[in-house]
Amino acid sequence: MSHDASTTGSHHYAHHFESADHEFETSKFGMWVFLVTEIMLFGGLFIAYGIYRGMYPEMFMEAHHALNKIMGAVNTVVLICSSLTMALAVGMAQRNERAKSAKLMMATLFFACMFLVIKYFEYSHKIHIGLLPGAFYNNPDITHPKAPIFFSIYFLMTGLHGLHVLIGMGLIIWVLRRTMKGEFSSAYYTPVEIAGLYWHLVDLIWIYLFPLLYLIG
Amino acid sequence: MAHDASASHGHDVDYLNDGKTVWSWLSTIDHKRIGIMYLVTVLIFFGVAGLLAIGIRLEHWGPTRTIMGPDTYNKVFTLHGAIMVFMFIIPAIPSALGNFLLPLMLGAKDVAFPRLNLFSYYVFLFGATLAVVAILAGQGVDTGWTFYTPYSIKSQTGVILTVLGAFIMGMSSILTGLNFIATIHKLRAPGMTFHRMPLFVWATYATSIIQVLATPVIGITLLLLVAERVLKVGIFDPALGGDPVLFQHFFWFYSHPAVYIMILPGMGIISEIMPVFSRKPIFGYRAIAYSSLAIAAISFLVWGHHMFVSGQSDFSNIIFSFLTVLVAVPTAIKVFNWLSTMYKGSIKLDVPMLYALAFLFLFTIGGLTGIFLAALSIDVHLHDTYFIVAHFHYVMMGGTVMALFGGLHYWWPKFFGRMYPEKLGRFAWALVFFGFNLLFLPQFYIGGKGMPRRYYNYDPVYTLGHQVSTIGSLMVGFGLMLTLGYLFWAAKKGQKATQNPWGAKTLEWTDAASPPITHNFHGQPTVDNWPYEYKSERV
Repeated sequence: MSHDASTTGSHHYAHHFESADHEFETSKFGMWVFLVTEIMLFGGLFIAYGIYRGMYPEMFMEAHHALNKIMGAVNTVVLICSSLTMALAVGMAQRNERAKSAKLMMATLFFACMFLVIKYFEYSHKIHIGLLPGAFYNNPDITHPKAPIFFSIYFLMTGLHGLHVLIGMGLIIWVLRRTMKGEFSSAYYTPVEIAGLYWHLVDLIWIYLFPLLYLIG
Repeated sequence: MAHDASASHGHDVDYLNDGKTVWSWLSTIDHKRIGIMYLVTVLIFFGVAGLLAIGIRLEHWGPTRTIMGPDTYNKVFTLHGAIMVFMFIIPAIPSALGNFLLPLMLGAKDVAFPRLNLFSYYVFLFGATLAVVAILAGQGVDTGWTFYTPYSIKSQTGVILTVLGAFIMGMSSILTGLNFIATIHKLRAPGMTFHRMPLFVWATYATSIIQVLATPVIGITLLLLVAERVLKVGIFDPALGGDPVLFQHFFWFYSHPAVYIMILPGMGIISEIMPVFSRKPIFGYRAIAYSSLAIAAISFLVWGHHMFVSGQSDFSNIIFSFLTVLVAVPTAIKVFNWLSTMYKGSIKLDVPMLYALAFLFLFTIGGLTGIFLAALSIDVHLHDTYFIVAHFHYVMMGGTVMALFGGLHYWWPKFFGRMYPEKLGRFAWALVFFGFNLLFLPQFYIGGKGMPRRYYNYDPVYTLGHQVSTIGSLMVGFGLMLTLGYLFWAAKKGQKATQNPWGAKTLEWTDAASPPITHNFHGQPTVDNWPYEYKSERV
């Protein structure tokens, strides 16, 4: 991270900051602002969801039964566990416990993979029985003429969320590698903290998606 | 990277001479160099889109075909609008002037995240290139810059790549806004409280908030449009049960606040120029600062005024009409405070001040005609006519572009350490100012008479208005080319500038050399007052 650096203690911080703490606080602040932009990005989809659910409440009720509540619930628990392990990993990084921090990050990655595997089974089942977005919809059981819109929204929201899971995993792999190289310590663990914040957001969005899509009635 | 930590580096070399190779520019993380790179890039786009505008004007010399066919015409005005909005006017002042000036005005060595800053430049360049290539390589884009559904779902032209280009440029805009917010919160010099910040910084802050909050919404909207074309999801497609008006809501939820991304930084520039060239403290500092935030806040609540004739409910129309008129309040607060700043000042009519006065005059016309359009019954008559075209050009060009050129002349000595030629500058200003009014005043008239916007042919009764307008466009075009020509000549060959040729009080003039050294300041500047203290010079 550091560059054109001044030296204090063990960590080099960039020349335009007063101290390593100043750099850490600024990075964290920047990440929070970024998370706000992520909320606004998903916000568009949540609005679309709200509008179409308001327009076709009975269709949402009928269509949502096609989603697998058990798989959705398991995935919710899986992501909450992953958030816990990530939070603990940040705590360990802060306390110089590099080995424990790395193990906890691996656990987080394990939960993330589990989430994606379950999601894969959900998606492939839906694709198999024709519960597809918009024009590709061809399921004979749910006959409401507007049902394709529900599945458009379902695939768009969970798809964008899935993409964020993948990005989050990429970030965690990156900080995991750096942790194993011994680049972080209690004096400098900003990237771990930042990746952790991102991962919690990914978890948080799912916590809203699950009841809105799976638990309508 | 370019920014190595050699011993003498950054302490006595000015930023222009700190590395001479092209690579030292392309890989720089110095906010000043990134600002200059943005400046050159957006001015190139401005030139291209300006030439397209002159093409449109020449086509309208006569009521039927003059220089291009109808399909070409559709693509030319789409390209003009899309380039001007996404590649010039949104990034122009925040990314170019903001990048250069923000850290200097705050007494910081750089923005909070210098590498992110460079990254966002390349993201912008990539998005812009993608959009331009998509438009030029394929069959162009004929949807207008608004990409309204359902036509944009059906159009056979290169909508997807253009929209992705706009999405990517939006990411750049988000990252720049994020960087500026963090910089303003975390990197102010010791003693610089929020209420001691220059007003340009306040304006940039309000702009950044809009960039960060609104741009993600256009991001998801454009992605949905791509999904609509590729996956046929039907959210916006009436044929699949979707609602095309929802697209308009999403689009304007961003694109109306984006109008304030365009104008707020311009207002910031005017707030800097006015006190310096009136030799008086700015009048109503807090009122100007807070009105920037007020405009940013209200900007999120007025998007429906673009949709008065889209079939949205009368109740929504009335609410949006009321809220839209409300924008006039903080805007007028600014205008009256600038006027009061000039009152009994010793006004010096150098080129920056001339542009600031042009801004006041033209922006006031643009703003007041905006109130006409906010009134429902009048808007139904004027919707999609040349009246609208004239209105927003008075705001965008008469407002933002005048402010930009005022700012360029004002800070040119700081950017390059050299003065622009004053007499030539005044001559070019006169061409631009009078040409501008010749160009757009007649459009209010023919628009009020019913001339629809975007039409290729028109009723011959409008011929005179169109011809006057075309003559004006040539004057503006010539004046601006002259201006850009002498500015870039002056950057190399102009008379050497002193550190503070205008006697201004903000840190970039009082504490930084012209041009500044790589690290901006020798040591850390401290602040114990606001930057508009002209007491001793008051008349």
